[in-house]
Amino acid sequence: MNHWIAAPFLLPALTACVLVFVRTVPAQRAISLLSALTLAAIAGGLCLGHGNAPARVYAMGNWPSHLGIVFVLDGLAALMLVLTGVVAVAALLYASRGWDTRSRHFHALFHVQLMGLNGAFLTGDLFNLFVCFELMLIASYALLSHGDGSARLRAGLHYVTVNLVGSAVFLIAVSLLYRVGGTLNMADLGAALANAPEADRPWIRAGGLMLLCVFLLKGAAFPLHLWQPAAYGSASAPAAMIFSVLTKVGAYAVFRVSSVVFGATAAAPHIDAVVQPLALLTLVVAALGAFSAKTLSRLVAWLALASSASVLVGVGTFSAAGAGAAFFYALPSTLALAALFLLADAIADARGAPWGDRLQRAPRMHGATALGLWYFAAAIAVSGLPPFAAFLGKALLMQGIGPSPWGWGIILGTSLLNVVALARAGSRLFWSIADVPCPGEPAAARFERLGGLALLGAGVVALTVAAGSVQEFTREAARQVAMPSGYVASVLGNRLKGWTIRIEVPEGGADR
Amino acid sequence: MEALVASAIGILTAAGVYLSLRGRTFPVVLGLTFVSYAVNLFIFVAGGIRLDAPPIVGLAPSMTDPLPQALVLTAIVIGFGMSAYLVVLAIRLRAADGHDHVDREPDPDEDVAAP
Repeated sequence: MNHWIAAPFLLPALTACVLVFVRTVPAQRAISLLSALTLAAIAGGLCLGHGNAPARVYAMGNWPSHLGIVFVLDGLAALMLVLTGVVAVAALLYASRGWDTRSRHFHALFHVQLMGLNGAFLTGDLFNLFVCFELMLIASYALLSHGDGSARLRAGLHYVTVNLVGSAVFLIAVSLLYRVGGTLNMADLGAALANAPEADRPWIRAGGLMLLCVFLLKGAAFPLHLWQPAAYGSASAPAAMIFSVLTKVGAYAVFRVSSVVFGATAAAPHIDAVVQPLALLTLVVAALGAFSAKTLSRLVAWLALASSASVLVGVGTFSAAGAGAAFFYALPSTLALAALFLLADAIADARGAPWGDRLQRAPRMHGATALGLWYFAAAIAVSGLPPFAAFLGKALLMQGIGPSPWGWGIILGTSLLNVVALARAGSRLFWSIADVPCPGEPAAARFERLGGLALLGAGVVALTVAAGSVQEFTREAARQVAMPSGYVASVLGNRLKGWTIRIEVPEGGADR
Repeated sequence: MEALVASAIGILTAAGVYLSLRGRTFPVVLGLTFVSYAVNLFIFVAGGIRLDAPPIVGLAPSMTDPLPQALVLTAIVIGFGMSAYLVVLAIRLRAADGHDHVDREPDPDEDVAAP
């Protein structure tokens, strides 16, 4: 058994525990950055070492898979771990320039967030997925309110309330499926649901659609997206950077659960029919929202919505081509979004109060040239214009969903709208100048203050250069998830042979 | 028995949904608590309702499924932590804004006076 598979979950857990007891900020930064770098390295090692080999199973405590909890590593999970690791390092580098001094446990919370994210990507157990979601959410609640301010607290309250209701629905769905399948292991449950008697089909359908609702809520798909722009737009920059990975978890969970758990059952709720239209609608809403944004951070929040919706459009095909393109697109798009969140914060510092990152006439900011060039590059990268990888991602995505007039029209139209919104924001920020001295911080645009931006930029460039092989990788990884026979065989191969659990049922009860 | 448990879950959920749609933070917190009670009960009966059956093999002629009981324990702990956080958040918000409305806020993104 390869113990490294558990490392992306255990390392942040340990780090978070240690960080709670570390008082001084420099020590916190050192431990936190070191741990995040190690995490990224382990993720990279797992991704390169594992490649697209058949899924590998890690059984916690070496319990057989239907009794204990399993982590499953396959190509897609490994890729998402790498993405999380890179964004985490960039966000921590930026946070170490001052954001982390605003509350004592920033770094500890950040690592709890990473633990939840990595766990959600790796887990092969439905209830464990719930627990990882909660880990991720509780850390994100605290990170969202990090740095105080009434707007942030209010966005936090809405976010927490919406997600608590989502968790309740998640639990109901999980118990319904447990009632029918008698197990919570995803692969096991898939087999059990496929053999479920006719009378249980309504329950399977109800459970499946409830799960879908929860994942679409986390993935901020229309009409469950309303919490997202306010939350992401008012979060502190490092938190917003890691949040740009958070909505991708929704798309990932939709893909994983619908193929592993519901792929084999004839009672499969018509998930494939629902996801794509909703994702396309979300794209439209996000483009309109981006146009109406009054601050740069709110604009980027709407673009984050568009990015996760694009991933859902591809995932909605449930095919290797569509989903592979979607996850290829997710990589550069998430990096570019994180860069834009960082830039929005740097621009707000450089312009100073009361202008911040509001899209209106203001004094010329400090370091306008450097920030302007970075903004220009990040805007191109995020909106899917050539030459960066997101452009290839969008092209592949359109190829993957096949020639559908609605799909292509909406993807192309909303991309155009996003480009116009970004151009409009850029011209307001950098060219609409009032002739008064700027109250901002002169050092805000200095390169060492923008730590992390270079890493994100390098990531986007590397993805662009290596686009061919990365695209083949994501396609094969998505194929393995879409046709999960290898995944299921790996997990079920870990069962105890000839072992079944039987629960005695009293005379003629309502039970099976 | 089934009717009793089912209607208890239903009433708790209905009360929770109604309260969490109210406009002030205190009813919302109460509502979410009710919803989580309802969900916990729901998980608890997911293994089936059996009377006089311990979740241990061999103690009694019949046994009840132990797994939902373990799950409900996890769900209770998580739900409790989340509610505690929500309460603190609501109190902080009340202190920051001077009122406890969920949604009455000045738009933080409004333009400021041009220079």
